[in-house]
Amino acid sequence: MDQYTLNLLFVGASFALYIGIAIWARAGSTSEFYAAGRGVHPVTNGMATAADWMSAASFLSMAGLIAFVGYDNSTFLMGWTGGYVLLALMLAPYLRKFGKFTVPEFIGDRFYSPTARLVAVICLIVASVTYVIGQMTGVGVAFSRFLEVSNTAGLLIGACVVFAYAVFGGMKGVTYTQVAQYCVLIMAYTIPAIFISLQLTGNPIPPLGLLGEHQDSGQALLKTLDQIVTDLGFNSYTGHHSNTLNMVLFTLSLMIGTAGLPHVIIRFFTVPKVADARWSAGWALVFIALLYLTAPAVGAMARLNIMTTVYPNGVAEQPIAYDSRPDWMKNWEVTGLLKFEDKNGDGLIQFYNDKNADFTATAEANGWTGSELVVNNDILVLANPEIAQLPGWVIALVAAGGLAAALSTAAGLLLAISSSVSHDLIKGQLNPNISEKGELMSARVAMAVAIAVATYLGLNPPGFAAQTVALAFGIAAASIFPVLMMGIFSTRVNNKGAVAGMLTGLIFTVVYIFLHKGWLFIPGTNSFPDTVDGSLLGITSVSIGSIGAILNFAVAFIVSNMTEDTPQEIKDLVESVRIPRGAGAATDH
Amino acid sequence: MADNSSKNSYWSANLRLIIISLIIWAIVPFGFGILLRPALMGISVGGADFGFWVAQQGSILVFLALIFFYAWRMNKLDREHGVDEE
Repeated sequence: MDQYTLNLLFVGASFALYIGIAIWARAGSTSEFYAAGRGVHPVTNGMATAADWMSAASFLSMAGLIAFVGYDNSTFLMGWTGGYVLLALMLAPYLRKFGKFTVPEFIGDRFYSPTARLVAVICLIVASVTYVIGQMTGVGVAFSRFLEVSNTAGLLIGACVVFAYAVFGGMKGVTYTQVAQYCVLIMAYTIPAIFISLQLTGNPIPPLGLLGEHQDSGQALLKTLDQIVTDLGFNSYTGHHSNTLNMVLFTLSLMIGTAGLPHVIIRFFTVPKVADARWSAGWALVFIALLYLTAPAVGAMARLNIMTTVYPNGVAEQPIAYDSRPDWMKNWEVTGLLKFEDKNGDGLIQFYNDKNADFTATAEANGWTGSELVVNNDILVLANPEIAQLPGWVIALVAAGGLAAALSTAAGLLLAISSSVSHDLIKGQLNPNISEKGELMSARVAMAVAIAVATYLGLNPPGFAAQTVALAFGIAAASIFPVLMMGIFSTRVNNKGAVAGMLTGLIFTVVYIFLHKGWLFIPGTNSFPDTVDGSLLGITSVSIGSIGAILNFAVAFIVSNMTEDTPQEIKDLVESVRIPRGAGAATDH
Repeated sequence: MADNSSKNSYWSANLRLIIISLIIWAIVPFGFGILLRPALMGISVGGADFGFWVAQQGSILVFLALIFFYAWRMNKLDREHGVDEE
């Protein structure tokens, strides 16, 4: 069976499974559509949360980011997992006790302010829409590489599948499809990693293999890797080469942003009890950790494999000739994501760091006139099984896994958007007397519209698609997380404080990002370069969310203390949210 | 139904637990993983140093332990203060 048929078989079978689940899990009420009837087991919810959370970025890009940078990009590993501690300790149990359906609804009720609810809806929609564009482009890329259909056709197929289970099944359909998608994506990620770890270190557990001995060289894998990359003028893999302040602030922004992303928070509304919400956050992190503990091993091992492919006899000897390059390089050259340019015309692939001034002399002595190979970070996970010469079914599985990661996150985001539009905007502001049936219908229409918009933006991604993820996290960190936390842990913060805090965090963060990335991301309109030295505060735009969050807290406290105290019924509401007893009664509001 | 003093002691016990957990949550990645890494270079873990291991694997394991410890401890506190769900 050729590779194309295998890919088609694996992707087709996984899609058939998702559609089957969609037919089985149809939502009949708003409670089922918004919160899966609050009957999801905490472990099941943990698995669904993991799939919801782990996007095309986690699955496809993260290992590549770690592989080509090393230690400095540990920020992603710590940042994207540390947020779950904040969720489990400070948000999930209390918001579950509150017992409503959306994040803006809590903000509106707790701060007795339709304005606060509206600001929250805007933050939610901007953060979720920017985030969903990346998922849809990821779907298109995976399709075009593995099924050899056009980007457009691939994206439309993906959109139809999401439509099938998200529009009919709502949260209930999405939850159970996400469980299936988690199983597909985690197998797709770990199976090639196990093979590669066995090949390189003899250890079948990749995270232990990373710390183990490299069988060919007989010394620690990380030491070997450090030697090879530094011999070619690259930064050492385990060394710290980036700005420390920015590393800390970026990690913190990712943590707070993770805890403030609405599509993750609403997953905790689906479990039956407050105690379940606490356990469920732990289970979510268990399932996330399976991938996140594998990722650094995948990164280091893939980097080593690429280096030894180019330099089969060691870095002191000649690199491989272009004509005898392996098949995976040929496959990826077609996509343009891997490029070779024979700068010195010797027919060999020189791959080294030509930006390193200290290395120029060595390169000149060797007759090298520039690094001749360019490898895009994002192909690493997809190309990994080919690089390690694994069987065809593993490659097909990785294709299905990449699609599962992108689709599950897209569905979760679309659900957060549609429930906010139907519940917060239509029921909350425009037509409070809408019947349950009418609300359910409007939720489905909102979902369909959201899918159409996301598909359109996926087909015509604004040039800034990759940069907007920083915006999504910045907004979630600077506006949503702080007000949710203050709403639970303070009885003093009032409507005026919350609105002032949210707007301060939001405007500060968005303006700072625009000052460095260009207004509305239009190139050339930025006032400062987005580098550590050139930026306004010495902080790059991706790290600014944590500063926005601190400003949000500060402004909310100052304004609240200068204005009147919160009414007694709000104090009672906060008291009741803090106590688990009575969560069942709050269910059917 | 729990009385007010019981509710207050429940909440302050919860806050204590959260603060202790968050101190650990902050020290491990930001301290051991980044800021204190140079001071801990002497401790080697599998071909690299302790700080590298914390940044790549250790902090995730600590986060997991914190969440499960908190869930277990809080569910016990719920029962002790009579505020658990029946």
